[in-house]
Amino acid sequence: MEISKLQEKLNEGKFVITSEIGPGKGTNLEFLKEAEIIKDKVDAVNVTDLQSSVMRLGSLCVCHLLVDMGIEPIFQITCRDRNRLALQSDLLSAYVLGIRNVLVLTGDHPILGDHPEAKPVFDLDSVSLLKVATNLMEGKDMKGNQLDGRPEFFLGAVVSPGYEPLELQIIKMEKKIEAGAKFFQTQAVYDLKKFEEFMKKVEKYKVPILGGIVLLKSAGMAKYMNENVAGVNVPDRYIEMMAKAKKEERVKVSLQIGAELIKGMKSLCSGIHIMPLGWDKYVPDLLYLSGLI
Amino acid sequence: MIYSELKPFEEILKILKEDKVFLISCNGCAEVCKVSDQESIKEIEKKFKENGKIVEGKIIIDFLCSKNLIVRKLSRYLKEISNSECILVFSCGIGVQCVSKVIDIPVYPATNTIYLGGFQGLWPGEERCSECGTCYLGITGGICPVTFCTKQLVNGPCGGAKNGKCEIDKEKDCGWVLIYEKLKKINKLEILKEYQEPRNYKLIEVSSKLRKKVFYDIDKNEEL
Repeated sequence: MEISKLQEKLNEGKFVITSEIGPGKGTNLEFLKEAEIIKDKVDAVNVTDLQSSVMRLGSLCVCHLLVDMGIEPIFQITCRDRNRLALQSDLLSAYVLGIRNVLVLTGDHPILGDHPEAKPVFDLDSVSLLKVATNLMEGKDMKGNQLDGRPEFFLGAVVSPGYEPLELQIIKMEKKIEAGAKFFQTQAVYDLKKFEEFMKKVEKYKVPILGGIVLLKSAGMAKYMNENVAGVNVPDRYIEMMAKAKKEERVKVSLQIGAELIKGMKSLCSGIHIMPLGWDKYVPDLLYLSGLI
Repeated sequence: MIYSELKPFEEILKILKEDKVFLISCNGCAEVCKVSDQESIKEIEKKFKENGKIVEGKIIIDFLCSKNLIVRKLSRYLKEISNSECILVFSCGIGVQCVSKVIDIPVYPATNTIYLGGFQGLWPGEERCSECGTCYLGITGGICPVTFCTKQLVNGPCGGAKNGKCEIDKEKDCGWVLIYEKLKKINKLEILKEYQEPRNYKLIEVSSKLRKKVFYDIDKNEEL
């Protein structure tokens, strides 16, 4: 895989679909079956980097396995665990292993994960890491030393349309664009009106944005996210729909809500990013209900 | 005792874009380190004059880590301060934060507070200085991103804050939301858009030059 097909498709102005998989805790590769299910339905698949600060199989390795499976990966790289030497080195490794899409994030604090005593690194931040990756693409490391062979990446970053204060989030987004971000994936969207307002505010940057979708598994999950997950606000209407649904109907209702959001987002942004959180098997149905396949 | 050194004058000029400035110096540790003594202040005044800046007034306060003391002393200089567009502070990072907390015009540090290997001073407030050697207070509205942000980020917040609170503790304010609110209040939000280079962690190693000074080791070196 020489070039990023994701980049190509976005450049052509086509609506893109990305999804994501989370590597497991151990050497069992069973979870790759989830990627197999969505393989032909999506343009690229994110691989999370020790999501929720829990120690697991690494994103770089799993991205490489996806390349071998013929799936285009998006390598998520956070600033939580590696200093500037390791981050630069892993970016070079990623390129050599056939990875072209990189999504740069700050990363959750280790205190939130299963090794809360770990040393939080954050030597670089999402903005400086984007800048460093851009430098590598220009053949220089962050100290200006010449590289023998340079990588080529399609660099992405994240933005949270429901973040308060939104102005602060948009300032950071602007810094990420200046540092080299060429596409954005968003935090889960549940409020289309708010999302539309956000899109109007960032229209001027002319950068492709993929709206985030997280399927609601239950009313409890929605309430938990409203209380604990930054930038997420599930409206009462969806919580009621999930609460009223009988157990055997929950998936159906959840997919209905997801499809409603995707249909609403379709005219507003350049694509969607589905975070199935284990519900990969329902992604094809969701895309069908949304009229995308 | 907290050890500080003057920032290079070019760096002060870079962050201090206003023309009319009021100078506040600390008569505590910073005076002992000779960054806020009469001579240093005179030197800066001279350089400001050469660069078209107007010093509207100046004051020495015994301990800038006491906000009560700052408020009491500054109340006698209200006219000079209202004529000024910003304040330049000669003290450790705590003093800069304290001045910024009691007054809503831009406050800039003239110094970098230098790491002495864990030795901290004593002060009455919640302000914290980690002696990082690269004082960011001039670009963050006088609120320290190194001590107030759990991840010590220097280019703005992570996405983890909810209702203005840090992702690791619902009772802890997000430092960057505080910085945003302060910069908005003093009409300086555009500073947030400037890219900040990654921190220089070399400064965590105490230099051999500094290790020989009395600030580092009173036992070995008694002359001041």
